Amino acid sequence: MILPGFPEAAPLAGLGGGVLIGLAAALMLLGAGRIAGVSGIAARAFGIAPGSMSRAGAFAFIIGLPLGALAVAGLSGAATPAFASPVMLAVAGLIVGVGTRLGSGCTSGHGVCGMSRLSQRSLVATATFMVTGFATVAAMNALGIAVLP
Amino acid sequence: MTRDLLVPLASGTIFGAGLTLGGMTDPARVRGFLNLFGDWDPTLAFVMGGAVLVMAVAWLLQKRMQRPLFAEGFSLPDRSDLTPRLVGGSALFGIGWGIAGLCPGPGFASFAIAPGAAAIFVAAMLAGMLLVRLVEGNA
Repeated sequence: MILPGFPEAAPLAGLGGGVLIGLAAALMLLGAGRIAGVSGIAARAFGIAPGSMSRAGAFAFIIGLPLGALAVAGLSGAATPAFASPVMLAVAGLIVGVGTRLGSGCTSGHGVCGMSRLSQRSLVATATFMVTGFATVAAMNALGIAVLP
Repeated sequence: MTRDLLVPLASGTIFGAGLTLGGMTDPARVRGFLNLFGDWDPTLAFVMGGAVLVMAVAWLLQKRMQRPLFAEGFSLPDRSDLTPRLVGGSALFGIGWGIAGLCPGPGFASFAIAPGAAAIFVAAMLAGMLLVRLVEGNA
C-alpha cells in the first residue's frame, strides 16, 4: 500500500509492527504484571538499576529482542540497513543512556505503555523527546551533518 | 520459575519482531520520521498508533484483573509528578535518538542485523546509564 504524498512510507508494515509491539507489551502487562519499557528492563538486566522484575527475567526479555528481529529479517530477506558511524553511534548511545535514566523511560515505556495508559508523566516525556528528536534532525540537516550514507 | 523467564522471553521476541517489521531497526526510517521539516516519512506514526491502540485495550483488561496471568501481582509505576529531571532526561533522550536514529529497543534488536553497530550503541548506552547512577550515587 502506498500512502498518497509519501511514496517511501510503509503504513501497513508499520501498523503490523506496531500491533506486534502492542501485543508484546500487553503480554508483559497481563502476563507478568510489568511494564515493557526497554530502557528500564535493560538497566535492570545489567544491574544498573533495581527493579521488581527478576534480573534473569529482564535478561530474557532483552535476549528476545534480537531473536524476534532475526526471525523477521530472515523471513523478509530485506537488505541490511545503514547505520551511523562508530563515533556517532557512541555519542548517540551515551546520550540515550543518560537521558533514559534521568527521564525514567524511552519510546517503549513512555511512548507505548505510558501514553496508552494516559499517564501524565509519559505524555510529557513523549512530547518532549519527540520535539527534541525533530529539532535534532532539523538542526543536523541545516548544518549539513550527514549521519547515514 | 520457568514462566518467570518464558513470559519476558516471549514478550521480548514478539517486541523485536514488531520493531523490525515496523522499520524501527532501520535508522534511515526512524530519522525519516524525525525529519518533520524535510522529506517526512510517516511510517513510525503507524507503528506508534498500532502499539498504543493494542495497549489501550490491554489497560482496560488490566483494570478488571486481580492479578496477572502468570505472576503473583502487578508492579506498575504510580508516579504522576512532573519534574525537571523527567523533562530534561526526555529532552536528552530525544537528541540521542535523533542523532543515530536508534532508541533502546531497536539498539538491542539490531544485534541480529548489524552486530557491530548494535554493540557500540548498546555499550555506550549502558555506560550512560551507569554514569547517571555513579553521579547520583544511588543503588
